[in-house]
Amino acid sequence: AGPLALARDLLAEDGEPFFVLNSDVICEFPFAALASFHRHHGGEGSIIVTRVEEPAKYGVVVSEPDSGRICRFVEKPRVFVSNKINAGLYMFSPAILRRIQLRPTSIEKEIFPAMAQEGQLYAMELQGFWMDIGQPKDFLTGMCMYLHSLRIQHPERLHSGPGIVGNVLVDPSAKIGANCIIGPNVTIGAGVVVEDGVRIKRCTVLKGARIRSHSWLESCIVGWSCSVGQWVRMENVTVLGEDVIVNDELYLNGANVLPHKSIAESVPEPRIIM
Amino acid sequence: VLNADVCSEFPLQEMLDFRQRHGDAHSFVMLGTTALRARQGAQALNCGGIVANADTHEVLHYVEKPSTFVSEIINCGIYLFTPAIFQHIGDVFRRNQQELVLEENSNGWQRAEVIRLEQDIFTALAGSGKLYVYKTDGFWSQIKSAGSAIYASRLYLNQYSQCHPERLAQNKPGGPIIRGNVYIHPTASVDSTAVLGPNVSIGKGVTVGAGVRVRESIVLHGASLHDHTCVLNTIVGWDSTIGRWARVEGTPSDPNPNDPYAKIDSETLFRDGRLTPSITILGCSVTIPAEVVILNSIVLPHKELSRSYKNQIIL
Repeated sequence: AGPLALARDLLAEDGEPFFVLNSDVICEFPFAALASFHRHHGGEGSIIVTRVEEPAKYGVVVSEPDSGRICRFVEKPRVFVSNKINAGLYMFSPAILRRIQLRPTSIEKEIFPAMAQEGQLYAMELQGFWMDIGQPKDFLTGMCMYLHSLRIQHPERLHSGPGIVGNVLVDPSAKIGANCIIGPNVTIGAGVVVEDGVRIKRCTVLKGARIRSHSWLESCIVGWSCSVGQWVRMENVTVLGEDVIVNDELYLNGANVLPHKSIAESVPEPRIIM
Repeated sequence: VLNADVCSEFPLQEMLDFRQRHGDAHSFVMLGTTALRARQGAQALNCGGIVANADTHEVLHYVEKPSTFVSEIINCGIYLFTPAIFQHIGDVFRRNQQELVLEENSNGWQRAEVIRLEQDIFTALAGSGKLYVYKTDGFWSQIKSAGSAIYASRLYLNQYSQCHPERLAQNKPGGPIIRGNVYIHPTASVDSTAVLGPNVSIGKGVTVGAGVRVRESIVLHGASLHDHTCVLNTIVGWDSTIGRWARVEGTPSDPNPNDPYAKIDSETLFRDGRLTPSITILGCSVTIPAEVVILNSIVLPHKELSRSYKNQIIL
């Protein structure tokens, strides 16, 4: 919350409410519905909540069923109180800035409980998918959910063609070679080059990366500007940081590689390469 | 007389010539080679140790599988005898029979049946002026484990490159990319986008698809490698199939490649309860499905696999 105080002048400038988002979540981002909900109740803050199967793993939100006014928060409840958790998307009125001091502040622990007591916080339930994508494994799951939702809402944005299987998103500036099979559940960023005979499943390939010919990738995240060699096999949530080079003919199983490294040997069992 | 589990230049003519120069009409010649200095402990203890006169090359002392270090010259298991050897075998046999009568040990029945060339014949012949050793600098290795075949193949292909280069595959326009020493049987069909070698042998009637990579491997006849596969440190059995984008990989267990005299140690199959990483072997008519990885595994014949395997023996 401290950063909000830092941006106080910019945020309070026109007196309008503003959105705040955790950057490690993915969902359909219902900004219009949230703005309308926020204006309707007139309180200082709106929180998007999402329904989960195992609320005891999270902090849950207890709210009035009709108005959505939040009564309280309960952290990791041992008995069932609610199955709604904070989805990490908010809308605030500038009045909230009075509550935030210029110091490291946890908005959930310090600001929200007081606002809930005063009846100033309201919860809006999220429709559709939601995923915390802080961990690489969950990032890929979230990516699959996002692509699925694209298929339903905007199928024209997905890629199709020879060798494309299922939901695949490809930047227009990317190049895919001959005899490749890409998908299902693959996203390919700007300027990426995928050479001939490459098989990619359930991966994110970030901007500027190159995947050389005959390689096989499943459940990986390939960082910006990486170069993956020929006949490389990568699987099991292998993550390559920015500008990583993987030599030809290697096998990476669950390797987490920090940026700017060069990999010259196979990693047959999951580990971190620093 | 040759042990069948060795690979060598087999300098038989040189052994004959040597015998003419150094021995007499009745002498026997044993082929010897030098064990790796740094690994003399392990290597020399697994073979026969030969102590010889440096000038006459007569064998003065011989110990089979000694428990202490004897000599850096080891017995290659390749011998040149005359029919006079049968006389010596007979002598040893009769001597053993007599000792058996004197022995009260119940193991005596074994000794009467068995005569061991190394322990019984050579140890007796050493120092008698009848046994000589011809030391070779040519390549020699035991091939006791399945994986050793890859190492032996490398030595033979290297031999070809020096003496019979026409037998090895060359880079040609429209042909596959060849790196190092590669043998391709004339009936094999290899796509021009494949990259083969170093140390690859492709057998009769083998099919190698587009974009295939094979390195340090032997592909036996009738096998089929589908597009984009990667085969490293593997022996692919007769008539086996490897599906698209599959990776079949073993681990080499070579001695130090920088030492020309290095030899492979025989290893135990398991260490600390786990299978020691070794060359991957596919038996005959094995089917590997597309897109899997088979790592450090041994697959028995006629198996049709359905998923990836690592460090396993698949029965």
